[in-house]
This record gives sequence, structure tokens and C-alpha cells, in this order.
Amino acid sequence: MSVFKKLIASVAVAGATLASPVFAQDDVRIALVVKALGIGFFEAAARGAEEAAAELGNVEIIYTGPTDTTAEGQIEVINALIAQNVDAIAVSANDTDALVPALKRAMDRGITVISWDSGVAPEGRQMHLNPSSNPLIGNMIIKLAADHLPDGGQVALLSATTTSTNQNIWIEEMNKVMGNYPGIEVVATVYGDDLADKSYREATGLMQSYPDLDAIIAPTSVGIVAAAQAVVDAGKVGQVNVTGLGLPSEMAGAIESGASQSFAIWNPIDLGYSATMLAYELSQNGIEAAPGAEIPMGRMGTLTLDDNNEGAMADPFVYDASNIDEFKSIF
Amino acid sequence: MARFIPVRETILAGAIGLLLVLVASRFPGFVAPGNLANVLNDTAPLIILALGQMVVILTRCIDLSVAANLALTGMVVAMINVAMPDLPIPVILAIAVTLGALMGAINGILVWKLAIPPIVVTLGTMTIFRGIIFLISDGKWVNSHEMSPAFTAFPRAVILGLPVLSWAAIVTVIVFALMMARTPLGRSIFAVGGNPHAAVYTGIDVGRTQFLAFVISGALAGLTGYLWVARYAVAYVDIAGGFELEVVAACVIGGISIAGGIGSVGGAVLGAIFLGVVKNALPVINISPFWQLAISGSAILIAVAFNARAGRSKGRIILKSAEASS
Repeated sequence: MSVFKKLIASVAVAGATLASPVFAQDDVRIALVVKALGIGFFEAAARGAEEAAAELGNVEIIYTGPTDTTAEGQIEVINALIAQNVDAIAVSANDTDALVPALKRAMDRGITVISWDSGVAPEGRQMHLNPSSNPLIGNMIIKLAADHLPDGGQVALLSATTTSTNQNIWIEEMNKVMGNYPGIEVVATVYGDDLADKSYREATGLMQSYPDLDAIIAPTSVGIVAAAQAVVDAGKVGQVNVTGLGLPSEMAGAIESGASQSFAIWNPIDLGYSATMLAYELSQNGIEAAPGAEIPMGRMGTLTLDDNNEGAMADPFVYDASNIDEFKSIF
Repeated sequence: MARFIPVRETILAGAIGLLLVLVASRFPGFVAPGNLANVLNDTAPLIILALGQMVVILTRCIDLSVAANLALTGMVVAMINVAMPDLPIPVILAIAVTLGALMGAINGILVWKLAIPPIVVTLGTMTIFRGIIFLISDGKWVNSHEMSPAFTAFPRAVILGLPVLSWAAIVTVIVFALMMARTPLGRSIFAVGGNPHAAVYTGIDVGRTQFLAFVISGALAGLTGYLWVARYAVAYVDIAGGFELEVVAACVIGGISIAGGIGSVGGAVLGAIFLGVVKNALPVINISPFWQLAISGSAILIAVAFNARAGRSKGRIILKSAEASS
């Protein structure tokens, strides 16, 4: 860690502290530590945190993080926050294990520590907030397709590689809930290997093999973009709906062209909001983070912790023509 | 007689025909003219790159950096397009070809002036080019809605029933057929690969010819870079990942001898089309994805084994005929 970066980190923290009025020292100070400053996703999370702070009233958000995505940078930031004796730290970690000693020190000083988005090993935090869970994602991807097919229809899956753990789990979870979507038939599962050209070709192949295909579900960000392009080029906009998991910045074109009616991914604003709410509850209302605990998080409902003290915030957030413009510049 | 019928190309064309018949028996729609045009269009980048690679392989070199060159050029032109949406497409094309040629020239200079083995040079530049994409893009994507409509529409524009992307491949094939057969450069490329020592005695600069081969390959990779990014309407670090191996495979299937000196434009084109048909056919004939890779791989091995056998009868026994005539 260079002296320069140390300086930057300290200045960032000092700046955040100085910016707060002195008489507000009684406020609950919750630090939102992100992977790096200047990333749209985290800026949006900070907006959510501010929203939670406004709702709670007596909370001051310290939005901070290193200038690049390193664990060393985050350790510096955390050490500075310990020195300031903040009330809670909510961190999206650059490294699962590297932050543990610093965060343990924070907890020893009575600071509430939670991780969100990208987790820390269990010994380094009181709880972890996942944006969603595998069953919720599995249900969401089929729901996205089914919502636009009230009379049922044929859907096909365009996955990443045959060995992608995440995609396989989501597809497995999706198959478990297929009974809830009568009339929806999954006709094929193909693999685009997370390559734009192969995904495009596979999507084109699907439309040829199944002329009555109604939707392509791609739970991968490369696949969904390529499939949308293939649908546009095949002139099947309106007949084949491309949906699944993607990023608003990457999918804006597909929504605009109509190739995709809607798709889902977590909402960073909700994530920052929930993390702040959870940190406040643990720190101020004496709620203990233990397996099975149900912790309220404002407008996002309650979070139930599992055996690892982890919880899933909500269904992935659905993006469509109504909100894509707001989010496409964020992440 | 055998001299006038290119055996290898005929056999390969036959294999492609057989493949089409087999696919058609399971999915008749595949051989519809419209679909075959789509297959050609999808194979166009591979055809263009295979021709560039052919020239390099003929001079006893290999260019593993083509896919990375393609990706870097694609990212650069995409970023230029985002910054200056009004820049006309011909300018974009010129930038792409120039940039690609420049990257090819770097390979060529290292091979020519420093005499580093081409496989090492291009393995190195491949990684460097990918690294540069990450540096200039910060790992971010350039997405379809950020590109100007003209930028993404160009390869799709239909002229005489075929998209520009297909025409780019067709024009490249014609230019290469003329270049290889009718120009001093084309002939010297064969000479350098066939027998470098003899080439030197005839006044051909071996290193310079190899350099030019790399520049040609690079320029085509640059051109394809723009076409690729515009066609898939997305640019990111990993586009065309592993594509260089497919390009080399197309050449090898097409009968371009990896030892240099032997090969033809027709062979490279047919090799690319063969792979293109396989890639496009597998998704529509309901073969388990777990088998697809194995099938693609076997096709390559069979074709290469076949070529190796066909190549063996090449030698001419001069003394025997002299003996017989005496």
C-alpha cells in the first residue's frame, strides 16, 4: 500500500467526518464500505443507504471505500473507521478472508459489522446480506418468461457453459417450481459458453429448431445480450421474448428494440437501503444476528438468517421499459 | 490429369456436401437457400481470418494473435464510435484496417528483425493485446445502445440479397485468389514457405515476405474486428476468445500445410465453411451439448489425418522415371 493511497483513504474518511456537523455527534454513524469508489453500482447503493438514513432520521451515512478494488485499500479504510469509532460497518468485500482481522478488531470495539453483496468469512462479520438466493433467482427467470405468456408457450434456456455452477443451480431451482407455471414448456437447454458469437448462433439455432418458440431465458449476461441481438437480426422481435439475468447498461439496447420485454438483476439501491437498515437494527435495537433470526429492513420486509448467518434480500429486481433509463447509467 | 483437379479441395467440398445432406436428413430447413446464406454470413469472419492466417502459415509462421487483434480493434472502434457517433463508417473501416495492420506489423517486425519464433511472438502479443483492451476499457462493455445505428447497421445492410458481412468475405476471397496467383507477393509467399533457401537465391527477402504476411493477417483481423463488434453489437475484453484456434483449424482442415509452402485459397475457404457448417448445424440437430465439442474436435482430427495421408503421395520419383526411359 503506497503512502499516496493511504493518504487518499485517510482524506476520504476525514472528509466524510468533517462534512458532518459537529452537533450531530449523537447520530448513529453507519459506514458503507464499498469495493471501490466511483463504481456506478455502489454509488446507487449509497443512494439507497441515504434513503434508509432519511427514513430512520438520526442516521449519518459514511460512504467510503478504496480508490481501487483491493483488500489492502479496504483494510486501511476499515482501520480509519475503527479509529473514528463509527457505530456500524457494512462492507462489500474485495476479499473473503483478507478483511477478517481488521473487521474482528472492529467488532472487538463494539462496532456492528455486516457484509453485503460480496461477503466476508463468517468469523469476520455478524451477518451477510445476499442480494437474492438461488431458489428466488430460479423462480424469477421462469416467472419473467411466464408473465408475458398468459396462455402458456414454449421457452428455451440459453445458459453459459455446461459446467457453470451458478447457472446449473439456477436452472435446477427453476425446474423445481415449473409446476407453478402450467402451460409453460421448456423445450431445450443450449449452452453459449458465455461467448457472444456462440450464444448468438445457439439462439439462432433455437429459433430455427422451434419455430413456435415464445421466449429465450438466458441466466447469463453475455448470453442474454447475444440472444437479444439474434432475435433482432432474425426479425422475430415481438414473437420471441428474450429474458433472464442481465445488467441494465448492457440490456438497454435490447429493451429499446423490444427484443426483451423485461429482465432481472439485483437492485443496488435496495441493497444499500437494506444493508443500512440491517446495520441499524443490529447496532441500535439490540437484535442479535443468529441463525433463524428475523430482522426487519424497512420497506424491504424482513430478512431471515440461515445457519451461516446469511440472508437473501429479495427476488431479483425486474427491469423493463419503464425503469431502464433510470438504471442504465448506474450499472 | 491429377495436376488439373485439386484433389484436396474436391474431397473437402464433397465432405461439406455430405455433411449438408446428413444435416438435412434431420433438419430439412437447414439447406434452404436463406439459411445457407445465414450460415455463409455467420462464417464470413472465419473465412476472412482463415485467408489471413493462410498467408502467414504458408510462410512457415503462425499468427495466434488474430483473435486478440480482432478484439482490440473492435474495442477501439467501438469506443471511437461512442466518443464520436457521427464519424462516417468508411473512416471507421480505415481505422480498423490500419490499426489491425499496425498490430500485425509489430508481430512481423519481431519475427523479421529479432528472429523470434512466430509462435512465441504471437503468443506474447496475443496476451498483450487482450491486456490493452482491459486497460483502455477498464473491463467495461461497450453496449448496443451506446453504438450509433449506422455503426451496427453496416455489416447487416443487404446488397444484392446478401449482407455486407458476407460480401466482405467474398471480396476478400477474390482479392486473395488474384493476389496469390497473379502477384509477385503471392508467388514469393509460396516460395518462402516451400523452400526458403531457394527463395533467397531467387532474390526474395524471406523476412520481409513474412513481415508482409503478418501485416496482411493483421489488417484482415482489424477489418473483422469492426465487423464482429458491429454484428454482435457488443464489445468487451473476451470477445472472440479462443477464436485463433478455430482459424488455425480452418486452415489445417483446408489443407494448408502447417510446415508452410503448400495450400490454396480454395482450401482455406472450404476449411472455414466446413467448420462454419458444423458450428451452425450442431445447434439445430438436437445433439446433446456435451457431444458437440467432441464432434467438432473429431471432425478436425479426421480432416487433418486425411490431409496427412493425401499429402504423403506428393513426392515425385525422378530417378525411377529416368530409369524406365533408359
